[in-house]
Amino acid sequence: MEYEVVIGLEVHVQLRTASKIFCRCANRFGAEPNALVCAVCLGYPGTLPTLNREAVDQALRLAVALGCEIPSRSVFARKNYFYADLPKGYQISQFDQPLALRGRLALHDAGVEVPIARMHLEEDAGKLLHEAPGGGVLRGSSLVDHNRCGVPLVEIVTDPALRSAAQAQEYLQVLHQVLRYTDTSDANMEEGSLRCDANVSLRRPGAARLGTKVEVKNLNSFRNVARAIEHETHRQALVLDSGAEVQQETRSFDAASGTTRTLRGKEEAHDYRYFPEPDLPPLLVDEDRVRRLRGELPELPWTRWTRFAEQYGLREDLARQLCAQREVADYFEAVVAEGAATGAAGGAWAQNAANWTMTEVLKELNARGEGIESAVEPTRLAALLGMVARAELSQAAAKEVLAAIWGSEEEPSAATRRLGLGQVQDADRLEEWIAEVLAANPGPVEQLAAGEQKVAGFLVGQVMKLSQGRADPKLTRERLLSSVART
Amino acid sequence: MGEARGQGPELLDLTAQEIASRVRTGEVTAAETVDLALARIAELEPRVGALLRPGQLDDAARRSAEAIDARRERGESLGPLAGVPVVVKDNLSIEGQPLTCASRILDGYVAPYDATAIARLRAADAVIVGQSNMDEFAMGSSCENSAVQQTRNPWDPERVAGGSSGGSAAAVAAGEVPLALGSDTGGSVRQPAALCGVVGFKPSYGRISRYGLVAFASSLDQIGPIARSVPEAALLYESLAGSDPRDATCSERPVEGLGESAADDGGRAAPPTLEGLRIGRLREIDSSGLEDEVAAQWQSTLRQLSACGAELVDVSVPSLPAAVAVYYVIANSEASANLARYDGVRYGRRVAGGGSLRELNRRSRSEGFGPEVKRRIMLGTFALSSGYYDAYYGRAVGVARAMSEQFESAFSQVDLVVTPTSPSVAFRLGERVEDPLAMYLSDVFTTPANLCGLPALSVPCGLGGSSGLPLALQLLGPRWADREVLRAGAAFESASGWNRRVAPGAAAREESSSAS
Repeated sequence: MEYEVVIGLEVHVQLRTASKIFCRCANRFGAEPNALVCAVCLGYPGTLPTLNREAVDQALRLAVALGCEIPSRSVFARKNYFYADLPKGYQISQFDQPLALRGRLALHDAGVEVPIARMHLEEDAGKLLHEAPGGGVLRGSSLVDHNRCGVPLVEIVTDPALRSAAQAQEYLQVLHQVLRYTDTSDANMEEGSLRCDANVSLRRPGAARLGTKVEVKNLNSFRNVARAIEHETHRQALVLDSGAEVQQETRSFDAASGTTRTLRGKEEAHDYRYFPEPDLPPLLVDEDRVRRLRGELPELPWTRWTRFAEQYGLREDLARQLCAQREVADYFEAVVAEGAATGAAGGAWAQNAANWTMTEVLKELNARGEGIESAVEPTRLAALLGMVARAELSQAAAKEVLAAIWGSEEEPSAATRRLGLGQVQDADRLEEWIAEVLAANPGPVEQLAAGEQKVAGFLVGQVMKLSQGRADPKLTRERLLSSVART
Repeated sequence: MGEARGQGPELLDLTAQEIASRVRTGEVTAAETVDLALARIAELEPRVGALLRPGQLDDAARRSAEAIDARRERGESLGPLAGVPVVVKDNLSIEGQPLTCASRILDGYVAPYDATAIARLRAADAVIVGQSNMDEFAMGSSCENSAVQQTRNPWDPERVAGGSSGGSAAAVAAGEVPLALGSDTGGSVRQPAALCGVVGFKPSYGRISRYGLVAFASSLDQIGPIARSVPEAALLYESLAGSDPRDATCSERPVEGLGESAADDGGRAAPPTLEGLRIGRLREIDSSGLEDEVAAQWQSTLRQLSACGAELVDVSVPSLPAAVAVYYVIANSEASANLARYDGVRYGRRVAGGGSLRELNRRSRSEGFGPEVKRRIMLGTFALSSGYYDAYYGRAVGVARAMSEQFESAFSQVDLVVTPTSPSVAFRLGERVEDPLAMYLSDVFTTPANLCGLPALSVPCGLGGSSGLPLALQLLGPRWADREVLRAGAAFESASGWNRRVAPGAAAREESSSAS
């Protein structure tokens, strides 16, 4: 039978802050186990939480970027459950009065706007280690690393509004862009600073009521979120087709097999016994604070690519690709600015900068497995593109020069000289190549002489080929035409 | 020891103000004072049982005292509690010392940091000489829920000292120390103070930082002083109160106690008067709920207040009869979360076995907690459970809010409200152990102050006509009216002559006691 899949995502994001949310310990990934702990985040008897303002600001920045409403008052609550990685036996979270409500995120490819139900602030738990640091086997025991205890976290919950695995994946990609643009999180799924659970249910198309939902956990990449949803959709469809009912439960995704399996059923679901956190007064956020943070927001990806398309005359898809990573877009704009500084402004320059950024620069980075920060600096790329624009270097030769100066401090002009790759404008050399090409192509020469101008391109191309791309194409064309005219 | 300059043990019977003043001038040293206290503790403890691990802090106390003396000798000025020996309840974290809350589940735990109240005691140059017995995790009204020992009432060794801060109250009543700290969640400072014939003060919620106080019910807990007179309690209160960046519920309002005059002249300044004060008498106090001798004394106390110039006005707090029920729902709910951290994983008692985490949690908690603590965790867990929350926790919070409004309305007519502190005198050891409900009901007058965040002071007001045991009145003020409550208490105390009475448990010293 045909079904409509309904997906809601719950995304946990670790906020970037200097210290943890309720104590002064550093908030940093990758330290020695239990190096970033104190009596407060270890939940020692008598300790109390005190709220880190920076964590609240980061959460508010994100909430504003996602277009959320910010209530003037939100309330922390205790979420009670036992686990070895939860030192107090409860997590300080928010429940019925969260930090932010009713946001939205537009998905361009899907052409939909995803409604965000709520966003709340909470503390992260620690991590259980099932093997010894360094890889030794633990016999019948586990170790607890408390460094993550108290790392500030927001949970962003969408309405059940996504309709496909592809939409879910795009939502995460766009959300990731927002997190990176606002610098509110490292948003690194491998390090766990971005984590996603998916609620998946099926219903007959047009049905008003939602079907029974299944929560899928252990999704460690955007791709796996999509795979898990696809598998879960398939699995639930088979259950429904067989006349059975989908069980409300929590399932875990296994990336190796691409399937999900039961983690716990409805009966084993926790009763978290939420109640207001008596150790923290309600969090009051006044309008001035929201206004200030909104004013400080950087340009967000969708605004930026719209601007790129208009200001630089770029194709929309190219503009969006450039803006997928804030650092890449910054790089592109720096190259454009360098050009403007040398008087090379204009649509062609920007187009060239965009093309080079997206193709040559990213290709080189991907090949090296490096980030944009290790690319050739915008000044040197701009200098290189300037040489191309002034016809001192062919496109092909410029690519060689780029490879040559990557990782060194050599200027493009010096590398061009060193490699003998400069554009040849020398009349004698050009005439030699032209003569050779004309002699070798009597047919086309006759056609050109007879007025078939389009053959000129072919002949110029032959000269370029003969010169290994070094002949100045514009001069070559002029001289070639006049040579033919003379004959 | 302690006799070096001819100081006799009667030094300890002076007020805290007098002791501190003598230490500051060098008339006596902190070391002598502390040695006297340690000697008296060693002498009395076998009979009283107020302190856990007596002797454990002796060396640390002597070192602190010597450091205080050295600073005086260098010409530094000393704090308001210079050299005064203090006992603190064993739910306050002292760096490097065990902290047990009189529970087995904290076996082996050594606190890694000082509570803010402890740090402020040190800053005031007090010397901590002991950690006192209590009901396990402050849950109880008699110290009988201590997993460690029984504390006896210095007025009658067959009777309870009250609870949960019974050790602190008994230590002061027996004359071991002039000052002690307790904590008060539903009356745990005031009730034992009343039963032991000493003064106990629960400040407004948010006056003294709770950082380092092991949480029982976070929205109700307050640290409070116990002393032999109101000015001494006020001095200790003033040394501890005030904002703390480590406690978000601690207020930044300026602290007002009895003020410098009380500190300077040893609390003997012409005391504040009751003249012209409007004092509310709660209509809801049903005299028939009071023991006969309490009821009789209650009437005479009211006459005494009138005689001192106070105007008695009938006021009403209609939710008062619900206070105990509301209190036990809220306190147990919060406790069920606050005590979740004792799971055998990180510190304290761990009972391994079965191989699973769940089993480790279950066994550690089953063996580590006593029956009353388990009862309250279960009740609190139930009250917060899905499907019951609204009927229990939600409703209790609603009633507490209504009660606050009713008190506010009462305080628009009167300056203070007066009640008995406890409906009975100290009861016999074992008498109520099998009847937790009777034990809970005795909190009827003390719990409202916690539910509404009000300052409340228990002041001795006489002896029971038949039992000869101490009785006390309780003064309640509007939130943040701590100063007014202390002033009225000091006025009553000095008018009644019920000031600094020594318990017969310390009768051996009675002739040397000049203070009363």
